[in-house]
Amino acid sequence: MNRWRLWLPLAVFAGFLALAGAMLMRPRDDVVASAMVGQPLPDFTLRPAVTDRPGLASRDLVGRPRLLNIFASWCVPCIAEAPQLARLAARGVVIDGIAIRDRPEDVARFLARYGNPYRAIGADDVSAVQLAIGSSGVPETFVIDPAGRIAYQHIGEIRAEDVDKLLKKLEEDGT
Amino acid sequence: MIAELGLAALWLAAALAGLQLVCGALATRVMGHGDGATTELALVTRPVAILQGGLVAFSFAMLVWVFVITDLSVKLVVANSHAMKPLVFKIAGAWGNHEGSMLLWVTVMALAGALIAAIERRLPERTMQATLAAQGFVALGFYAFLLLSSNPFERLPLPPAEGMGLNPLLQDIGMAFHPPTLYVGYVGLSVAFSFAVGALLTRQVTPDFARAMRPWLLGAWVFLTLGITAGSYWAYYELGWGGWWFWDPVENAALMPWLAATALLHSAGVLAARDALRAWTIMLGVVAFSMSMVGTFLVRSGILTSVHAFAVDPRRGSFILALLAIYIGGALLLFALRAGTVSEGQRFAIASREGALVVNNVMLSAVLAIVLLGTLYPLLTEAFDVRVSVGPPYFNPVGAVFVVPMLLVMAVGPLLRWRRDSLGRISRELALVGALILAALVLVSILGEVELLPLLGLALATGLAVASLLPLRGRALRRVPLATWGMVAAHLGIAVALFGMASDSAFTRERLVALAPGQDAQVGPWRVTLERIDPVAGPNWTALQATLRASYNDGPPTALAPQARSFWAPAQQTSETALATRWNGQLYAAMGGEAPGATGSPRWQLRLWWKPFVIWIWLGGLMVAMGGVMALVGRVLADVKRRSVTRRAASRRADRAEVLAAGANE
Repeated sequence: MNRWRLWLPLAVFAGFLALAGAMLMRPRDDVVASAMVGQPLPDFTLRPAVTDRPGLASRDLVGRPRLLNIFASWCVPCIAEAPQLARLAARGVVIDGIAIRDRPEDVARFLARYGNPYRAIGADDVSAVQLAIGSSGVPETFVIDPAGRIAYQHIGEIRAEDVDKLLKKLEEDGT
Repeated sequence: MIAELGLAALWLAAALAGLQLVCGALATRVMGHGDGATTELALVTRPVAILQGGLVAFSFAMLVWVFVITDLSVKLVVANSHAMKPLVFKIAGAWGNHEGSMLLWVTVMALAGALIAAIERRLPERTMQATLAAQGFVALGFYAFLLLSSNPFERLPLPPAEGMGLNPLLQDIGMAFHPPTLYVGYVGLSVAFSFAVGALLTRQVTPDFARAMRPWLLGAWVFLTLGITAGSYWAYYELGWGGWWFWDPVENAALMPWLAATALLHSAGVLAARDALRAWTIMLGVVAFSMSMVGTFLVRSGILTSVHAFAVDPRRGSFILALLAIYIGGALLLFALRAGTVSEGQRFAIASREGALVVNNVMLSAVLAIVLLGTLYPLLTEAFDVRVSVGPPYFNPVGAVFVVPMLLVMAVGPLLRWRRDSLGRISRELALVGALILAALVLVSILGEVELLPLLGLALATGLAVASLLPLRGRALRRVPLATWGMVAAHLGIAVALFGMASDSAFTRERLVALAPGQDAQVGPWRVTLERIDPVAGPNWTALQATLRASYNDGPPTALAPQARSFWAPAQQTSETALATRWNGQLYAAMGGEAPGATGSPRWQLRLWWKPFVIWIWLGGLMVAMGGVMALVGRVLADVKRRSVTRRAASRRADRAEVLAAGANE
């Protein structure tokens, strides 16, 4: 074997190291922009999920910026985001909810326990609306602009550090 | 308290790894000074390695224990377990996460080191000291990683009331055993790595070295084979996509060490039998474990996105990258400096067993390079801001360019003699295998429209199956060494697996149907009737379960019950597939949701596959592993026998000398 060939594996490995090192140093951009952002909401009309709040239809979601929160009483992270939703509601944000595959009595119990920040709650029993607006899990939260278009999609529960981000998004769309 | 015990044991083990490195390195140095030169330090190295293994095993046992009792003051338990989980998944939760799996990694590594320290006595002691020093050196880095950036025993200041649960996809019995098996394989290769480094340091690249390394390598390889086979089957029935290999970076991370280890296994055979391919064998020894480490890096750094990525932390990535630079870079540097002084050894003709094995080695290495390139390619293009993903359209055809000739040579190689042979001598066997391959090609293309690759696969599988049995022809079967049986079984296993893969891609029938209870659908030879849909509940999930009645060619019905499961800790949906297995294939049923837009009685989506001979893939994998076990046992037994014969001969000589001496004294 020629001498220089013995160095070849080391050279290849050095190339790999340089590449991997460079990639590690780069800031990562993990935000996947949803294809639904900028799209108008699809048409839907949902029956009320609980007795003391109206149901939800897409034509209601116009006029002012608001949050559309996809949740379920059987979803544990939804409990975790309840305090953040309460804070947002206390700041005057309009929050509409869609309860996924849920029963009225379960939703009522959930709201009694963890607070009810919602203006209206629609019941989506077969995830039809959920899928139509590009949500694949619970919880998810959408920022809807005054024209009824999806302005932003937040996947997963709202954590304390996400509140300001959502408020800023709402402000951007209000103007 | 338990967690602290585990942590203390881990720190002690790390200190011992350092001691093992120092003692081994000093002993290697002193013993290099001349004949008989030795140092008392050399006596310390082996016991230290054994003690280190014991301590880490204890530490790992403590981690399992905190998971079993769901100690919610330990951060890792909170993040990955839940009191309601069945016991077996609590235990599996110990390694179903980043920190735990890294602890498993060092545990296996330290146990392998302890094992070679305890029983490996065939090599010159100086090489062993260098080997153990290398093993300690590598272990030290991984201890540092574990203790400094991934402490599995970290406590929480305020224990929460309940844990977060384990990723539901991992709550499967296959998952309880798949990672440990794979890790034994991955990390077992560290032994080959340390042997290679030790042999380079002492320039003792001899047939004895290859013979000593081979059983360890075989052991790791068997586990790697089993781990990959099990992982593939897990992906097949748990992910509910009906596929069994996805060229996912994590799968590739397991395949690459396997390819390198397979090549190493064969080149070590040449080195042991014929004292050739010295530098190449060392090179592969370094590469095999390097591939394990690169794989770990790719998975753990989150640098490549993958369904398997459960720990994405760039800081950890930098740490592992630094470890890679030290270990792989160091070993390759040593190789570049030293391999030139390792002479190439014996020459041989192209048409010989060695020649065939060299071709096999080159082809395996080429496939390895292709898989590595395909895995790293997205990383490369991302550096230029282009996001791509590389999948089957690249891997399958490009890999086949090298796999097809490799399989052809694999059919012929075992029939050739060592050193020098001619193809003319085995022309009848060649004609038989060639005729079979051609016949299968013609037959399959007449039978139906089959794509090129599956067609080639079916034909080659037929030829290879027969060819792999040919080495047994004309021999007294009782006298055939166990290791040869192992080779036959492994090669036949490859043929069987290949047949399963080709048949699956050539003949699979897939249907997506929406059925109301009482309706039925036909897929391949199966008639599947949806009887009813029921809600069912488990300890930490609820599900919709379809009860299906399936009958094969109007035969007696089999009941199937696929489920769409919703876990609530953490909230996630999974598909529990149901399988009906026959010798000639599997019916695979996955449950979707309610069919949209249905009016009147609800209809339910079902995905049905008829996959002819698909289980042969994993059957073949098991046969390959079985062949490895047979070869391992055969080699070890032969070695024990040879040594006991040598010992008896030596003692007989000593007796005779004593008698003669006594006679002379009279």
